[in-house]
Amino acid sequence: MNKILILADHDGSTLGPATAKTVAGAAAIGGDIDVVVLAESGAAIAAEAATLEGVTRALHVDAPHNAAPLAAVAAPQLAALMANGYTHLLAGSTTYGKDVLPRAAALLGVPQVSDIMAVDGPRAFKRPIYAGNAIVSVEVDGDGPVVGTIRAASFKAATTGDAAPVEATTVSADIPEHTRYVKLEASGGDRPDLASAPRVVSGGRALGSAENFDLIYKMADTMNAGVGASRAAVDAGYVPNELQVGQTGKIIAPELYVAIGISGAIQHLTGIKDAGTIVAINKDADAPIFEVSDIGLVADLFQVVPEITGKLGG
Amino acid sequence: MKILVALKRVVDYNVRVQVKPDGTGVAIDGVKMSINPFDEIALEEALRIREAGGAEEVIVVSIGASEAQQQLRTGLAMGADRAILVTADGPLVPLDAARTLLKLVEREEPGLVILGKQAIDDDCNQTGQMLAALWGRPQATFASEVDLAGGAATVVREVDAGLETIEVDLPAVLTTDLRLNEPRFVKLPEIMKAKRKPLEEIAIADLGVEPAGVIRETHFAPPAKREKGIMVEDVDQLLGALKDKGLL
Ligand SMILES: Cc1cc2nc3c(=O)[nH]c(=O)nc-3n(C[C@H](O)[C@H](O)[C@H](O)COP(=O)(O)OP(=O)(O)OC[C@H]3O[C@@H](n4cnc5c(N)ncnc54)[C@H](O)[C@@H]3O)c2cc1C
Ligand SMILES: Nc1ncnc2c1ncn2[C@@H]1O[C@H](COP(=O)(O)O)[C@@H](O)[C@H]1O
Repeated sequence: MNKILILADHDGSTLGPATAKTVAGAAAIGGDIDVVVLAESGAAIAAEAATLEGVTRALHVDAPHNAAPLAAVAAPQLAALMANGYTHLLAGSTTYGKDVLPRAAALLGVPQVSDIMAVDGPRAFKRPIYAGNAIVSVEVDGDGPVVGTIRAASFKAATTGDAAPVEATTVSADIPEHTRYVKLEASGGDRPDLASAPRVVSGGRALGSAENFDLIYKMADTMNAGVGASRAAVDAGYVPNELQVGQTGKIIAPELYVAIGISGAIQHLTGIKDAGTIVAINKDADAPIFEVSDIGLVADLFQVVPEITGKLGG
Repeated sequence: MKILVALKRVVDYNVRVQVKPDGTGVAIDGVKMSINPFDEIALEEALRIREAGGAEEVIVVSIGASEAQQQLRTGLAMGADRAILVTADGPLVPLDAARTLLKLVEREEPGLVILGKQAIDDDCNQTGQMLAALWGRPQATFASEVDLAGGAATVVREVDAGLETIEVDLPAVLTTDLRLNEPRFVKLPEIMKAKRKPLEEIAIADLGVEPAGVIRETHFAPPAKREKGIMVEDVDQLLGALKDKGLL
């Protein structure tokens, strides 16, 4: 019988959307599913996790050292928890999961399967390589624990239902002091979260400046959409880094993705392959983005984006 | 202080990799190979630290086939002082790479080890974190800004929520994100000079590392194809098409 431990993604007060996806991945593996929240005071976050369909128990390890999301602090606690008969350790493919899980895997002396997009068996998975140009099936040999991150865009979030038990727990692990948290600068705002928004409007290099990127924000607001960007737009400083979509940014699967002034480089496309409908607006009819778009419009964005915003009532 | 930089030889990012029709792998014979882009950024950062007086020596390391010499030579031409190639046949998982790097870390005792956040072939994003764990030292992953002072590094990290700052005591492991710096171009005279810089070769077995081999790749497939879509003429048609799909 599998016994799966999931590291919860959270911001210190609420559960992140990646965890419901990770629970769905765990449910595909099958077995008992415990979610653990490492936080300063994680009872409320664990209570949220407990309502996810498939969860057996929601644990929280409350400690001052868990106030900040430090991998060097989290990993030894996970390794210690795994000694309680767990067969799998999972987390979402968020920057938190990506930071912590390989460190825990190495402490456990086992390899990791990153970005699981399909479960073929308790130790058999599919994952993307080469920026999503190939999908490899892998099997984890041996009888050590399986450690993996779950690619959120590939799984439907676990639904919520009756609450599983919530339990406070403690772990004994050596907590290092060589790593100290200083601060987080979040530009956030109240727009829908890019990673989980059902609609996303993204802008590329063509916007030309941070001021012009306002066109994207305005259009997104009329559609109640999240905002994304290409690497070129982030590198040029039009928008902050957390808006980058792609191989090395966020991998997203909104119902609707609108790419504006984005050429469609493979590294960008790998971030949106699972989107429901892709709309592309580009003035170059030969732009590669039109090879993947469901609806394409060859036009100058500076004309059509304000028109769209206007017609949608913005 | 020494800085160790890990350079992986990977298929160049401009190559559109194809899966072999029989599903046994990807067809990469004869395609252009390069230094993993994130590792070039790692090397650039190490060179800037050395140039600012923060380190005496920059050592580039690669693990893999002997052809990785080319990437190490490029690294030397960029400005690294010496290179180590750990030769290994067959595939390595990040845990193997981390175990190998640990052996070199124990030998060289660097103050910093800088890696890319992810190799663009396996897209694993694991090796730096694993090395830090095995070494029992701090990790600062996805770095977009690094400041060294007083035996510690203050590192700004690109995280999903924005920019996070942490402070780590040295020695430490850093992994680079895209916006840490822009790597320099190699100049021709440097390529000539690099030919005379030391490049040591060690077999992975001589370091006492046994590849774990516990992740077996059983099949390769191309990604699901998206159906070809429609083109619309103007905004009204676009909005109409979205309404038809129930998206507006
Ligand atoms: C290791 C590595 C990782 C990477 N990771 C990512 C990643 O995660 N995400 C990512 O996005 N990229 C990534 N990239 C970069 C990627 O290769 C491309 O360079 C980038 O996506 C290009 O961004 P863009 O489409 O905005 O710019 P461009 O390629 O310059 O495209 C701009 C487009 O705008 C169109 N245009 C110009 N003016 C107008 C106008 N007035 N109206 C309408 N259209 C107009 C042009 O026709 C063009 O198609 C990565 C690259 C590397 C090497
Ligand atoms: N075989 C290798 N040789 C040199 N460096 C490597 C090797 N494998 C991984 N690395 C380093 O580890 C980083 C992350 O790789 P990965 O964990 O495979 O995504 C890379 O950017 C390199 O810096």
